[in-house]
Amino acid sequence: MRSASSRVLSSTLLWPLLVLLGLLVVNVAANPGFIEVRVQDGRLFGSLVDIVRNGAPVLLIALGMTLVIATRGIDLSVGAVAAIGGAVACVHMVSAPDESALGTAIVACGLALATCVALGLWNGFLVSVLGIQPIIATLVLLVAGRGLAMLVTDGQITTVNNESFRTIGVGFVLGLPVAALVAWAVFALTALLVRRTALGMLVEAVGINPEASRLAGVRAVTIRWTVYVFSGFCAGLAGLMIAANTSAADANNAGLWIELDAILAVVIGGTSLAGGRFSLAGTFVGALLITTLAATIPNIGIPSETNYLFKAVVVIVVCLLQSPKARAVLRRRRTASATPAPPEGPPAGDPAPAGESSAPTLAKAGTR
Amino acid sequence: MSTQTRPAPGGATTPAPRTAPSTPAAGSRPGRWWHALRTYRPSAQLVPLLATLALFLGMLQVGGLRYEGFTSSQVILNLLTDNAFLVVLAVGMTFVILTGGIDLSVGSVVALSTMVAAWTLQDGWSPYAAIAATLTVGTVLGLLTGLVIHHFDVQPFIATLAGMFLARGLCYLISVESIPIRDDTFFFLASEPIPIALAPWQGGVVIGLLGLGMLAALVRRRSLRSALVPVLVGLGVGMWVTLLLMGDPALTTTYSVVIALATVAVAVLVLHRTRFGRTVYAIGGSEASALLMGLRVGLVKVGVYAVSGFCASLGGLLFAFYMLSGYSLHAVGMELDAIAAVVIGGTLLAGGRGLVVGSLLGVLVLGTIQTFISFDGTLSSWWTKIVIGALVLVFVVMQRVLTRRQP
Repeated sequence: MRSASSRVLSSTLLWPLLVLLGLLVVNVAANPGFIEVRVQDGRLFGSLVDIVRNGAPVLLIALGMTLVIATRGIDLSVGAVAAIGGAVACVHMVSAPDESALGTAIVACGLALATCVALGLWNGFLVSVLGIQPIIATLVLLVAGRGLAMLVTDGQITTVNNESFRTIGVGFVLGLPVAALVAWAVFALTALLVRRTALGMLVEAVGINPEASRLAGVRAVTIRWTVYVFSGFCAGLAGLMIAANTSAADANNAGLWIELDAILAVVIGGTSLAGGRFSLAGTFVGALLITTLAATIPNIGIPSETNYLFKAVVVIVVCLLQSPKARAVLRRRRTASATPAPPEGPPAGDPAPAGESSAPTLAKAGTR
Repeated sequence: MSTQTRPAPGGATTPAPRTAPSTPAAGSRPGRWWHALRTYRPSAQLVPLLATLALFLGMLQVGGLRYEGFTSSQVILNLLTDNAFLVVLAVGMTFVILTGGIDLSVGSVVALSTMVAAWTLQDGWSPYAAIAATLTVGTVLGLLTGLVIHHFDVQPFIATLAGMFLARGLCYLISVESIPIRDDTFFFLASEPIPIALAPWQGGVVIGLLGLGMLAALVRRRSLRSALVPVLVGLGVGMWVTLLLMGDPALTTTYSVVIALATVAVAVLVLHRTRFGRTVYAIGGSEASALLMGLRVGLVKVGVYAVSGFCASLGGLLFAFYMLSGYSLHAVGMELDAIAAVVIGGTLLAGGRGLVVGSLLGVLVLGTIQTFISFDGTLSSWWTKIVIGALVLVFVVMQRVLTRRQP
């Protein structure tokens, strides 16, 4: 049996959490006001609240991405889909007879989400029915998507004047930011659905071996299709938040590179790109880490242009710390320094986090 | 577990059955040639290439019918002049994609290269030292990415993503502002026109040599059936290019085009005539098999990323010639153009199948779309993206159908 300490040490969540904590410590050291959260005008106010609010789109997209990656796929088109969603909503509101009515906002959001779900259906069709590699199938929309968004907005930055719509991005309910509440609600519902039913296991089974799971009676095609639709839905919701944040649809810059942030959040959270295993808690931590990193750079007085450099360093460090080979090297060093090493250590390169429902053997088979 | 035996894998070099030339239908000599034409089945590697070629020529034809001067020699040559950097990038990307990997960092490395070149020149370096420094930076970055991918089992997607952020970050570290390039050598390389128009007698000689060369290629091939169509297509394209060069006596090009075409030529040689190149194809086909065959998988896997980094920095230099400035926001999203060009050029994104010449054609197709939009004037710029996306889709689906037919 592994001791509790070694289980904690080998948990994939450990390093992201430590890095997140380290970032927070650095922030507080540079600016003690960072940690302050005060109530003002009946709502919470402070840097941490901003991080939570700004992180909502990334969190949502990373959530959809986690399930897609768990089926051994990837969805590169989410940024473009988010831009299309925002564009559809804003263009509908501008052309509606009553631009600022609540009904208009609801119809616009419904329309945008329906469009994004349709785009998700398209991605899923290419991947699950035609059997095209996910990275290529979603590349099509990544390349064409922003063009489509510009087609919708006619190349203009469409600004809207609708208070109800603005609420999705910058509103507060019970003192908490609406964007974060929506993202957390979707996150919690998804977590319940996949971890309290067999759905999560089926998703992992498809990721490990689509053919074998099909033969075992899993509807592999339907499941793969569904995760892309869900990813499209999440991207649409995120697109609405981004558009509502500025009350404008910017086809070129809305959600630019957000797919990369989301994939990073998922990978940092310990979900393997090889599929077959996912950790929603990890994705949550990963998304927080990415947003905190973005907030850290201006806070500690580094010009925000070097943002990319820091991101690169964090990505490299976290990926190396999680890479099975690097972990094996670390473990060897630890066992060498520790007194009597157990004769049967955990198999090298087995990073299955504690508490995951997939058996380690299955997860290992998935990486083949 | 695929242990069932299967016939020889499809590929350009698949030997046709020995009996092919002496089938009953092959009577007289022209009859034999006609038979070879009729029974020709292009290999899975050539189908997309021929489709891209047909697409390119078809687009030129449509453009020529719709717009005045679209098919003039200089306009067609400008497709290369304006996209020379993209040709070089696509060549590097082809190496990586052939092994089944991907390199997302090339756009950022282009920006970094323009920055390094502009910065070192501003610092008073000699232009040659600046060029050497630029190429070194790109190659070392690619090498490091390759080492991380191979030795730590990090996915190429993630590792090159980190490289992308790193290169952009380094750009901003050098300077946030745009740095102009005022060096004479760079200026010369950027804008010195090279006359390349052929006089009629020169054109005649070239066409004659082409014909002789193609005939020799036909004679050397054992199987007429598999060689005839590629040779005829090659002859046709060669004659078309020669006629194009004879079409306008004032035709000029730049050194960027020369460098880009030389890169393509070197890449073709490396991929088809060296151990390194064959290992690239082998890894793309099946990395495990390549390893079991005793090929130096690690070396080549790291090598392709170094090649891609080198090509990205060379492309960056050409881009610096083109823009005559270094700027952190140059070439945003150019990696997508490079990937699209490779896909449209018929390279399988799963690896193992594809040709560098296809990527060159892919870049030309992308350039033609842009020329279309600039000639039309009423089409909005975003149609470029939509059309490129649609083309990628068409080629991806075509590849899928082809790979289903021929495993």
